[in-house]
Amino acid sequence: MKLDVDIKKLLSAIDVPADWVGLREVYEAHTPRMIRDGVPVVNASASTHGIMVEVLVNGQFGYFGTPDMSSEGISRAAKKAYQQAEIASKHSVYSFNESARPAHKGSFSSPYTKDRKSLSAGNLNDILLEAYGHLKVSDKIVSASTLCQVIESNFKFVSSNGSDINQDFLMFEFDLSATAADGSNQQTRTFGGMRGTCRQMGMEYFDKYEIFANANRIGEQAIELLDAENCPTGEMDLVIAPDQMMLQIHESIGHALEVDRILGDERNYAGWSFVKLEDFGSLKYGSDLMNITFDPTLESEYASYAFDDGGLKATKEFLIKDGLLVRGLGGQESQIRSGLDGVANFRASSWNRAPIDRMANINLEPGSSSFDDLIGQVEHGVYVESNKSWSIDDYRNKFQFGCEYGRLIEKGKLTKVLKNPNYRGVSTPFWNSLKGVGDGDTFGIYGTPNCGKGEPNQVIRVGHASPTCLFDKIQVFGGV
Amino acid sequence: MEKVFNNLSESLFSDLKQGEDVILSFSGENSQFIRFNNASVRQTGLVDDAEIELKFISNRRICGGGFTVSGNLEIDLKRGREEINRMRLETKEIPEDPFLVLPTNAGSSHEVKNSNGLNFEDSVDAILPTMSGVDFVGILANGKTFRGNANSLGQKHWFETDSYSLDYSLVTPGHQMVKGSFSGTDWNQNEYEAYVERSKQKLVLMERKPIKVKTGDYKTWFESAAVSDFLGMFSWNGISEASLRQGCSGFGKMRHNDIRLSPKFSIIEDFKAGFCPKFNSDGEIAPESLALIENGYLKNTLVSSRSAKEYDLTSNFAEAGEYLRSPNMSVGNLNHEDVVKSIGEGLFLSNIHYLNWSDNPGGRITGLTRYACFWVEGGEIVAPIETMRFDDSFYRFFGDQLLEVEDTQTVNPEVGTYGGRSLGATTCPGILVDSFSLTL
Repeated sequence: MKLDVDIKKLLSAIDVPADWVGLREVYEAHTPRMIRDGVPVVNASASTHGIMVEVLVNGQFGYFGTPDMSSEGISRAAKKAYQQAEIASKHSVYSFNESARPAHKGSFSSPYTKDRKSLSAGNLNDILLEAYGHLKVSDKIVSASTLCQVIESNFKFVSSNGSDINQDFLMFEFDLSATAADGSNQQTRTFGGMRGTCRQMGMEYFDKYEIFANANRIGEQAIELLDAENCPTGEMDLVIAPDQMMLQIHESIGHALEVDRILGDERNYAGWSFVKLEDFGSLKYGSDLMNITFDPTLESEYASYAFDDGGLKATKEFLIKDGLLVRGLGGQESQIRSGLDGVANFRASSWNRAPIDRMANINLEPGSSSFDDLIGQVEHGVYVESNKSWSIDDYRNKFQFGCEYGRLIEKGKLTKVLKNPNYRGVSTPFWNSLKGVGDGDTFGIYGTPNCGKGEPNQVIRVGHASPTCLFDKIQVFGGV
Repeated sequence: MEKVFNNLSESLFSDLKQGEDVILSFSGENSQFIRFNNASVRQTGLVDDAEIELKFISNRRICGGGFTVSGNLEIDLKRGREEINRMRLETKEIPEDPFLVLPTNAGSSHEVKNSNGLNFEDSVDAILPTMSGVDFVGILANGKTFRGNANSLGQKHWFETDSYSLDYSLVTPGHQMVKGSFSGTDWNQNEYEAYVERSKQKLVLMERKPIKVKTGDYKTWFESAAVSDFLGMFSWNGISEASLRQGCSGFGKMRHNDIRLSPKFSIIEDFKAGFCPKFNSDGEIAPESLALIENGYLKNTLVSSRSAKEYDLTSNFAEAGEYLRSPNMSVGNLNHEDVVKSIGEGLFLSNIHYLNWSDNPGGRITGLTRYACFWVEGGEIVAPIETMRFDDSFYRFFGDQLLEVEDTQTVNPEVGTYGGRSLGATTCPGILVDSFSLTL
């Protein structure tokens, strides 16, 4: 149940001598449904609703996140936030002023044609149950599941300097998963890797015939993997599909370019960055084929929006242009602290967390090669799809990724199926080995609902879109 | 908070019709979070938060619901009743769940731990002066946390604790770091200052020029914090009975191929220390102690009541996700003072970072060294090492490569704050491994 809250009235009732006051109201409802092994295991809906009161006192922001949205509750929260900020202001990392929260007015709504209620709980269970049947292509499929989570979110932001923003989101996460096993030989195949299929759109996505066809393919590929050869070990060409490029971009570009990390805020948790403030404008991050954008405007991508949680207007910007690092992922606070140009990426997971620099949609722009052109360039190499394992160091240098599904490439052709394809490398040498970027026909839009960062910890949604890409001389290896 | 929980649960249960059951879970906190960077305050604030999760069971079907608790009974009851009505309708259109677990009344519990903690107004002045002159970065999480569970058959549990944790790093000018985690219930300024002083002493070692270690296999010591991270992987496609049955557990070789870990490796799930509630989200009470791996043999997996029903087993009242809540690994014979000498030549790893399965069926885990990690030669610490990636199997480092286990345990508290402040801890010793593989 969403309470009707007059957030402007609540703002006007706050009585603290702060230099700036802002209220950010967040309502969010998650409705997950899941079928596993032919029976429903999740049919749920849960909502969260509260307000983050933020005040600026002597250059220090202080906050109070509260679910008590009464006038008395918000006034009490403002007083407590004021007290916290005042005490801390003697020891601030940086003394901000009102320019850290620029005033903007506007609204945003996710693009969709069919709302959540257009697909009933019963109908959605029927589709998921039937899709499960299509996954279970053999008795060797020991477990299979289908999942859909719909997310509705409303964000309002008002401030003492005139911001007035309203944003409504409709999103979903969708997955099909089949595990084939023979004793301790186990292989899982999913629909786009670890919850990689997540979009900002409505129930029009759920074309059941397309879902059933994908379920069949996933079930069959899980069986293929069970008897497949292990991925070979060695240095070779690597062709990466968009549902793995997603995580490659996320870990070795996105996090590395977060300006709050570069400024050291994250050193105790997620880590630092190999990128330094002086690298912007001079670091050759990747080959000339590499063009990376912060793009909150791409329709249906998971983290599209018009304003960030500090009220900054969001626009598409190049982060890396023709391989050169040109801009960081820094919101208004980080831009002030660092003196760098940034983007509108000051985001919080909910009303109970303060915003920090986050990714939103970070994309690799398409190139000019067809899929066949990319494969045709490879004498001996591996093609990989769908992430299943990820790890990178605290400076965002040494990474290792594992994928669900591989194919051997021999003399310009895809040949055998390979299981347990893994690869490792170091971020900038890896991106400088980019030697082929797929065209728009190879472009895929993915994302992740589970990007963790911050103290206190926050999980946030991000989107990543990319074409298929070809990399030169990468360390590739298989399983035990 | 307990009054809110009682009022809400009693009122909502009284609305139920015949044949309907509800399990209600409550989770809340009144927290202070102060984020530090460069020994200054980066962000500061307070969060009051409470949520209720409902499981509504009727007609052999189960629905979940949840909402934020505002503290205003009228609003919260309205939210709760609306959720129950929604679920009541939904159970008429979703499929039957043959494995749903009905609530029981197996008795109630009540545990409230009051303490003399750190006042919100005093935190900054208590923490920062001691950090003067060092590059200090980290987070203070401070205040009360609440957990409750009740069901429509009258069973009720309540757990409340007041605690703090200062999880931090100290950083040298050369970007080498030492980790600290000062946690507890009663704040003692002298103990805090002594703890930080020990961190500062470790930092001196980190000022030596780092060594670049080549890839390869090394004799390696893992401090308790690193062992705790490895054990944490058992909670993710490991010790869960459901994940074994569903073909996605790294424990498959133990179950299917009769592989044994080292006789020196034993681990139990242990609730005696009281780091977290004994009750799970269905209100079931776990046994005080459950042997999981005993002298290298897989003795028990974690079995939730749902898995028990689905796979015709006996439940040990694990949480629905069948993850470890309070693991405790047995000690061995190696005294910490003898560790460096026992390494001789090799690695001393205090912490590890960003673990993931690189080959789950093979038990292989990849990750990185982090914080105070050293090269040891001639039985002495030589210098910190540059960050290295490892990729090795727990069937080796908890198996045939396990040389020695420390004779003392360390409590590694859960300091995570995703969604809300976590409870629990991993209690374990350090381990010495004969051969451990660095790959990048």
